[in-house]
Amino acid sequence: MFGKKAPPITEAWRGFTFTRRALVVGGAQAAVGVALAARMAYISVIDNERYVLESESNRVNLTLVPPRRGWIVDRHGKALANNRVSLRVDIIPDRLHNKDNVLAQLRTLLRLDNDAMERIERDLKAASGFQPVAVAEDMTEQEYSSILVHLPELPGIAPQRGFARNYPTGAAVGHLIGYVGAPTAEEYEKVKDPLYITPGYKTGKDGLEKYFQEMLRGKPGAKRVEVTARGKVVRELSTQPDTQGKTVHLTIDADLQDYVARRMGPESGAAVVIDTLTGDILAFVSMPSFDPNSFSDGISNSEYSWLRADDHQPLINKATRGLYPPGSTLKPMAAIAAIEHGIDPSERHTCIGGYRLGSRFFRCLGTHGSLDMPHAIMKSCNSYFYWVAHRLGYDAIAPTAKMMGLGEEFQLAGSNQRFGTIPDSAWKMKKYDQPWSASDSLNAVIGQGYVSVNPLQLAVMASRIASGRSLYPRLVNRHFKNDPLPFSAEAFATARLGMDLVVNGPGGTAGRSKLPLDGIAMAGKTGTAQVRGLNTGNGKGGTWRFRDHGLFIGFAPVDNPRYAISVIIEHGMGGSRAAAPVAKDVFTFIYDREKGMEALEAFEAGWGGTIKDRMDRSYAAWKAGIAAPDPGLAQ
Amino acid sequence: MIPVPPAIQRFPWKLMALLGAICGFGLLVLYSAAGGSWSPWAWQQGVRFLVFLGVALVIGRFPLRIFEDFAYLGYIAVLVLLMAVELLGFVGGGSQRWLNLGFMNLQPSELMKVAIVLALARFYTQLPPGNTRTFTALWPALVAIGFPAALVMLQPDLGTALAICIGGVVVMFVAGLPFWWFGSAAAAGAAALPVLFSMLHDYQQKRVLIFLDPESDPLGAGYHISQSKIAIGSGGIGGKGFLNGSQSHLDYLPEGHTDFIFATMAEEWGLIGGLGLLLAFFLLLRWGTRVAIRARTRFGQLTAAGLTMTIFFYIAINLSMVMGMAPVVGIPLPLFSYGGSSMLTIMTCVGIILAIENDSKTGTRRFH
Repeated sequence: MFGKKAPPITEAWRGFTFTRRALVVGGAQAAVGVALAARMAYISVIDNERYVLESESNRVNLTLVPPRRGWIVDRHGKALANNRVSLRVDIIPDRLHNKDNVLAQLRTLLRLDNDAMERIERDLKAASGFQPVAVAEDMTEQEYSSILVHLPELPGIAPQRGFARNYPTGAAVGHLIGYVGAPTAEEYEKVKDPLYITPGYKTGKDGLEKYFQEMLRGKPGAKRVEVTARGKVVRELSTQPDTQGKTVHLTIDADLQDYVARRMGPESGAAVVIDTLTGDILAFVSMPSFDPNSFSDGISNSEYSWLRADDHQPLINKATRGLYPPGSTLKPMAAIAAIEHGIDPSERHTCIGGYRLGSRFFRCLGTHGSLDMPHAIMKSCNSYFYWVAHRLGYDAIAPTAKMMGLGEEFQLAGSNQRFGTIPDSAWKMKKYDQPWSASDSLNAVIGQGYVSVNPLQLAVMASRIASGRSLYPRLVNRHFKNDPLPFSAEAFATARLGMDLVVNGPGGTAGRSKLPLDGIAMAGKTGTAQVRGLNTGNGKGGTWRFRDHGLFIGFAPVDNPRYAISVIIEHGMGGSRAAAPVAKDVFTFIYDREKGMEALEAFEAGWGGTIKDRMDRSYAAWKAGIAAPDPGLAQ
Repeated sequence: MIPVPPAIQRFPWKLMALLGAICGFGLLVLYSAAGGSWSPWAWQQGVRFLVFLGVALVIGRFPLRIFEDFAYLGYIAVLVLLMAVELLGFVGGGSQRWLNLGFMNLQPSELMKVAIVLALARFYTQLPPGNTRTFTALWPALVAIGFPAALVMLQPDLGTALAICIGGVVVMFVAGLPFWWFGSAAAAGAAALPVLFSMLHDYQQKRVLIFLDPESDPLGAGYHISQSKIAIGSGGIGGKGFLNGSQSHLDYLPEGHTDFIFATMAEEWGLIGGLGLLLAFFLLLRWGTRVAIRARTRFGQLTAAGLTMTIFFYIAINLSMVMGMAPVVGIPLPLFSYGGSSMLTIMTCVGIILAIENDSKTGTRRFH
């Protein structure tokens, strides 16, 4: 500006400058226009693919469709666990705004009670943001449509038409099948599978449902829907159907399972029925039980505490987790061991009402006089077996007990076992650092003292005595060798004869439990296990939890065994009184359903209805705050 | 051949066809944005276009002299209105941009875009040529621009304030003020950017920051830009087809009928539609620039150049914004976006440029 001489400013110069500058401005505008066109071309041509993808991911919402779970069926293909259509509503915590308002609306729409609200609040706290929380399942069409209508005011609420797990026989299969439930946050963190946070997806939580989870699970389907920015579904684009999980075939007989469970009545106990040809478990019952249907729907706080508070322990599978002194049910096994160790079964011993060991006198329950081995089993004479045990020592008997399956943990699908103790001198030395004594042998041979077993083992023992083979119990079709046991035919014959006499002999301990059938007889052995110390109290009355346990093992038919059973009735005050009648009705049902049902229906009339009836009533009473009456007194 | 009456010959058919094409295309996009319906936007916009087109033609018939005579008066009147808005807004609590006149909402800031150009054009027309490089040429213009711009910034409306400045500065530029003034002002402005930035409102600062990095806030304020780019980008060359734009129809694109209407259009019509629209705008601006260069009077020259720039500014800022090249400022796309205020401004500009064109056809060139 300073060195240059400025031209004179005239109107002509101004006009000229204007034209030049207007062209500069126009040129700049054109340049910007070209830049904009280039930018647009870049976005829509070069980056087109990326933006098409983003636009599609905006537009299309992919939802997983939880797979239908595989069925669990019995040996005849009858469903123990299947699926039913279920209308459900879930909360997606991530999308839940204005929680209190939404929950209050849900509460009025679905008429939820305090219990349900409490559970929802609890689950919401535990859910990791995106994990769905079930509000209600199995809604009526009416409730469901009332939710659909109000959906715009309920952000974070996801209604769904899906499937729910269904257990047709309810509590009868609770401990056998287990139950399913929504995966926990930890489970999701572990696998990071989006299926785990899909509303309505359940995994096996217990029992066979858990054991066979991979088989039962199936493959999820997918649903592509077009959604608006606010999440409203505009239309469905395509649906890929789910693949149902595989069916699990059990050896269980569903009808028998249900019958056994019902026949247990209000008692606390367990029963196992085994096919003595194959080792198939036909019935596997622990009662009282829980209804797996309620667990699968997300059990409420109060229902769970009701189950926990019950002194009959419905949450424990007593068939594998209950350990009991087996009492006299061990005597047929002891007889086999005795014969194998050279005692002649026809050799007689005289019962004088007990057995003297040094300065101690071990009592028998009666004064049986002179007895051979089968009759000692028939009368359940303690003196006779004290004499045997004193002669042989328990180290001679314990191996036989173990070969009969006692103290063994079986490879059994989905079960969690406590396998108890078959003691011997080495065991005692290791555990208590004390030598084995003769009185230990005497206690052990009558199934008291250190001996403890579970009901499954007792059933296996019964099946092995009945078949003479080392039957391995199974719930699914797995192959086991089931070799013959290395005992003489005479030993088995003696034990079976003794058990035959128990039921069918003159004055046998289970004489009242003869089968009411023509041509089919049951053999068995009762047992009574003392809950208190051996010589304190008589265990025949008084407070329920101090009464003796009633046990029974048996098989039928006597001459050509096909089925073996074990029954334990906790605090049932004796095997012949509590347990043997159950076995009798179960065998009656196997061979004559009508007769079996008749007996059951008569009982159930007295007990106050089916299992479900009684459970519903008991739960209602619990909720009403009334302490449930001691069911032990009911019978 | 039938002789065409001179009245019809004088009629600006080409210009009307161009405006009609732009607005008609806009109506189609509005029709689609409403989910295939003439209501609520398209028919109203169409009626408004016809009314304002009439207004533009009427303005175009005014003698240019009138605009020159009333330039200062108009500027002062609009300035008073702006202050009134500010005052009412202060009384009413919260920002306010319009005056309710009963039959319509008047936005004085829109009128200011035109008034500033007219006022400065008159100022530089009257300025003796010898003073062009003196301080006398500078400070009245700066005051005239700065005062209304500050008022509009208070509303706060960054986009309109910028439009007022740009219109004024371009008039100063074409008036022949020394080149280096603009150069050094631009440099100083760049240096002062951080200071200016700190003076912005929080939400305005946020917009600028998000413009610099849209992915930093994909669900918040960056959402607009991201979704707009997705809409344009997914349209590709040929577009998704009329009524098939998922971004706009499923509400992913915010303001799909107003500020982001270009994205709505581009999604369905693709690059071809976009370039077609750019071409139409180019023709409109070329017309404006040609009128400026051929104008008979200095006032006409300066005014046409300034008003063309005002129109251009709308287009450039809006398109830069929807394509992610400028921060989100609420500036509509002329003749295309739904809304009356901006269309009134644009049509007024077009009408005045038309008046300048008519003026240059009738008389002899004079520069005074």
